[in-house]
Amino acid sequence: MSDLQELYQEVILDHNRHPRNFHRLAGADRIANGDNPLCGDQISLYLKLSGNKLEDVSFEGTGCAISIASASLMTEAIRNKTCDEAKLLLEQFRKLVMGEEVAIANNLGKLAVFAGVSEFPVRVKCATLAWHTLNAALENRIAAPVTTE
Amino acid sequence: MKSYEVGQFATHAVKHRTLDVHKLREDFPILRQHINGKPLVYLDNAATSQKPKIVIERLRRFYAEQNANIHRGLYQLSEIATEAYERARVTVQQFIGAASSKEIIFTRGATEAINLVAQTFGRQRLSAGDEVLVTYLEHHSNIVPWQLLCEEKGAILRAVPINDAGELLLTDYERLLNQRTRMLAITHVSNALGTINPLKFIIELAKRQNIPVLVDGAQGVPHLPVNVSDLACDFYVFSGHKLFGPTGTGVLYGKADLLEGMPPYQGGGDMILSVSFEKTIFNHLPYKFEAGTPNIAGVIGLATAISYIEGIGLEQISAHEQELLTYATGRLGEIKGLRLIGTARDKAAVLSFTLAGIHPHDIGTVLDQEGIAIRAGHHCAQPIMQHFGIPASARASLAFYNTKEEVDALVAGLYKVITLFR
Repeated sequence: MSDLQELYQEVILDHNRHPRNFHRLAGADRIANGDNPLCGDQISLYLKLSGNKLEDVSFEGTGCAISIASASLMTEAIRNKTCDEAKLLLEQFRKLVMGEEVAIANNLGKLAVFAGVSEFPVRVKCATLAWHTLNAALENRIAAPVTTE
Repeated sequence: MKSYEVGQFATHAVKHRTLDVHKLREDFPILRQHINGKPLVYLDNAATSQKPKIVIERLRRFYAEQNANIHRGLYQLSEIATEAYERARVTVQQFIGAASSKEIIFTRGATEAINLVAQTFGRQRLSAGDEVLVTYLEHHSNIVPWQLLCEEKGAILRAVPINDAGELLLTDYERLLNQRTRMLAITHVSNALGTINPLKFIIELAKRQNIPVLVDGAQGVPHLPVNVSDLACDFYVFSGHKLFGPTGTGVLYGKADLLEGMPPYQGGGDMILSVSFEKTIFNHLPYKFEAGTPNIAGVIGLATAISYIEGIGLEQISAHEQELLTYATGRLGEIKGLRLIGTARDKAAVLSFTLAGIHPHDIGTVLDQEGIAIRAGHHCAQPIMQHFGIPASARASLAFYNTKEEVDALVAGLYKVITLFR
């Protein structure tokens, strides 16, 4: 069970049970949808920008514990970061879960709990879904329509 | 005393029917394996089945002793290979009760067989405004080929809906059949839910309106006795790898008169009688549809697999699997928060389920650590998932070599999943 405990760390289980920033964001400047067609995972990511800064971040969706916890922890990690800082984080996170650079965990704070994912290659795409969606949202230069509740 | 006698008779009858599963399991080398230090519990048979050593050995023997191209060489090896390949066709013909071996076309799998029919027979028959009827129970492989064709032709794809048990709504089916219906493409057994469709009734209704019927038997032949003449379907397709045979093999059965009237699917060697730059004369059935060098070893291995399961008996296989299904349904039913998806009255040994608050992928990963292989996802049957309002499910699909002990291992594994996530 040790690999399994490594994968499903308490922080991940907690964020899966109680995802943070789990709602639609009124007045979002960017919205992107991420799909894992093979798994049926689906998330929507909302960003509110203030200049180059991510003033607010939220998400909604369905997915496995890894994908939901990853999205939840990501929203916490990138809030109040600049777009460039978020992109750097994205690259570091990718290296972590791909097992390319283990030491990088030291820079990642809470996100380091995803280090165990590299032992489960089929789950890498679960962990990176939210981050791919973030990338799409950051690349999208056209303001997406603002949702109304 | 009388009840005692009845009991004794029943025991005798059951004994007669019961498979010696533990002995049969010895035929499958892979089942001796350990995964993550635990004995492999293979419950993903609807995805692909394991291979008995007799099939593996047949492939080895073909390549080691008999390998040559077929229908070509004037030398002994080629004759041996050709003879074994054509004997495989007869084995398949007899296995599914086809009238003639020329009605058996070898393909790469059920998917290719469906595409073949859609692109030749379907293409000939379909015009703008016509309809092709499928069902909500179809695997994507019996939806997409028809959808592609319908889009190209401006035709309409319709689907027979299901109830919450996962059974086709037959009154809706009857209503959907109409004068524009040019084709019915329907699965024998649902890969995602296990529902066994009442094919005889369904085909009879279609036949009253002269609607041709293709049956996707990928999940039928490994679990049920099948007789295409008795079913009176026009086409029946299945994959070899789900039938304990090699991957890359499949079968299209088609009624000879229909196959005769269909244009070739692919052009190439073996499917021609003569070629000039002005005109090509196509070969007779079944070769017209077998362009290029086929999967010779695979087809011969498939025939070995068929002989193997015929030796066990499909009636016996079906009875054993039904017993397992009843047992597994009961055991899974004990688990709080488990929702069984698909509870058809007539059902093959497929158990699709969700656990409250736990995603199927997490179930799959935890079970894998216990050596238990199940499928988690949409099972290439997204319309079914949409009907039940779930993005995915976990699925245990059983074969004759599975045991009650393995069902118990699954249940124990699921309790571990629940403990971890609660």
